[in-house]
Amino acid sequence: MTKFEIRGLRADVLIGEDERREILKGVDLTVNSGETHAIMGPNGSGKSTLAYAIAGHPRYEITEGEVLLDGESVLDMEVDERARAGMFLAMQYPVEVPGVSMSNFLRSSVTSMRGEAPKLRQFSKELQGAMKNLAIDSSFAARGVNEGFSGGEKKRHEILQLELLKPKVAILDETDSGLDVDALKIVSEGINRAQNENDLGVMLITHYTRILNYVKPDFVHVFAEGRIAESGGSELAQVLESEGYERFVKAGA
Amino acid sequence: MVKLTTTNTEPKAHSHGLGQIPVSKLDTHGSHDVNDFPVPNGREEEWRFTPMRRLKGLQDWKGETDGTDETVVDAPEGVTVEQVGRDDERLGTAGLPVDRVIAQAYSAFEQATVVTVPRSLVADKAITIDRKALGGTAFEQLVIDVQPMAEATVIITNTGTGVRAGNLDVHVGEGAKLDLVSLQDWDDDAVEVSQHNARVAKDASFKSVIVTLGGDLVRLSPRVSYTGRGGNAELYGLYFAGDKQHHEHRSLIDHNLSYTRSRVDYKGALNGSGAHTVWIGDVIIGEGTEGTDSYEHNRNLQLSDDTRVDSVPNLEIFTGEVQGAGHASASGRLDDVHLFYLRSRGIPEEEARRLIIRGYFLDIVNRIDDEELRERVMEKVERKLAAHE
Repeated sequence: MTKFEIRGLRADVLIGEDERREILKGVDLTVNSGETHAIMGPNGSGKSTLAYAIAGHPRYEITEGEVLLDGESVLDMEVDERARAGMFLAMQYPVEVPGVSMSNFLRSSVTSMRGEAPKLRQFSKELQGAMKNLAIDSSFAARGVNEGFSGGEKKRHEILQLELLKPKVAILDETDSGLDVDALKIVSEGINRAQNENDLGVMLITHYTRILNYVKPDFVHVFAEGRIAESGGSELAQVLESEGYERFVKAGA
Repeated sequence: MVKLTTTNTEPKAHSHGLGQIPVSKLDTHGSHDVNDFPVPNGREEEWRFTPMRRLKGLQDWKGETDGTDETVVDAPEGVTVEQVGRDDERLGTAGLPVDRVIAQAYSAFEQATVVTVPRSLVADKAITIDRKALGGTAFEQLVIDVQPMAEATVIITNTGTGVRAGNLDVHVGEGAKLDLVSLQDWDDDAVEVSQHNARVAKDASFKSVIVTLGGDLVRLSPRVSYTGRGGNAELYGLYFAGDKQHHEHRSLIDHNLSYTRSRVDYKGALNGSGAHTVWIGDVIIGEGTEGTDSYEHNRNLQLSDDTRVDSVPNLEIFTGEVQGAGHASASGRLDDVHLFYLRSRGIPEEEARRLIIRGYFLDIVNRIDDEELRERVMEKVERKLAAHE
């Protein structure tokens, strides 16, 4: 049983040398293992900042609050320690790292996460199986990390990593954006598999209810003006679908 | 004396009657005689990036040529390797020395090595020249003559220490192909100043991969000109300067003939206090030529503070009929977003840096066909990376 807690989190985006802007203005959220929390909200409300700030992205700085994974302070950990502690971020814009092959990267990553290098043959079998599940062509293993991948291909590879790395809690930042219906189904199945197999806690950041037809949320939170403005069950998503975010944007303005 | 200058580089009469002026500013002086060059003081254009005090007196040499090398040459059947004296007429025919140190080397060498790949021979394995310098100062002259329709790979590895200066003359005959790899894996106190002169004939193909990792001061000037249409030259470089190391590469491609092609791609890294790299990439597109195609690219990665990068592309075009001509140069630090991505997957920082550096150099290293050598270069790169973590 894992408990992931965000308490009173405030964070700035670092724009230039001396320029910064506060984006997160006090976020509170608790995600237990096995739970799926949909974080919904309009553009610019700070959803992605929440994801990146927690993961330790260099362009963001947390100014107040804490993030705890089973009581351990995540913010006191290095970026790679956070991952090894069991936290995963599927990025909205996965980074291209030229010249580093996907297979090398994944093997290094799995080795770090598991504390020992997997047997080559075993790993290659595991990787091929996971790629097949996500309908990723095996030729991608030899390509550079995300290099020249389409938006949809990048998203599939984020979920591939989610399945291989087996975290305790995952933040999925607009994993559904840029996916066609077929790809959306495949990716959603991957998320569900990861959840079933590892009792994963999920924070699913999205604009749209579409993915929620495949990944069923236990809780829905409306994110506006840098904080959670309202929380409810899956029925809240339906309300948002019909009414939009207008009410929350105005309320915060 | 063989005429070596091209129409681009030899002086010609100024149309306004002001006397002789060079066509290109990039390449004006050349001579085999050291006395044709004044002693440089470091303020000259061609010396301004070089730390003169660390040349160990090469710029005004008065000492003994007391250096010895342990050299092992391994050539496949059919390839000849000869030791010849100064009077051999094949020497000095690919290009003129363009600075005083190189002219000094030409004026003072006693013996030269000539490697000949005879007409139509396709060498089934690489010609390797393993040179270990055993201290002292030495001047040298090496000729690689790949005759028409022949194909060969030459791998030169330089190790050990000493002060070395010299010329490498390369002839790639009509329809011939040469892959040249030169690895500078010197000890930390070695000094090398060298010029590579390549003449690329009609439909010939020349690829050079220069890898500079060692030495206190290494200054290499690879130069290419063409003797026929359809000639293709690709110059690749990888350098990695550590603490106080000076690595300087000065390439010149002289597109003196129509329908010739060139690519120059040099990538460097710097890690350690006082590391200094210089890349000068000169390209001349000659007057009256058409259909030339050139591109040059230089990138530098500054991995620690207190390093200095100089990157200067020069493109001089004397015709409107160019198929392609361009250059790009970029220097910067390791991308922290790349690091973040790898680390967010649990990969520790040190390992993430290692992966990124390997990836950065991969396209250059892959230009080396020899797998063992590729791994040797990558391992050395990793050691230099780890030196300051």
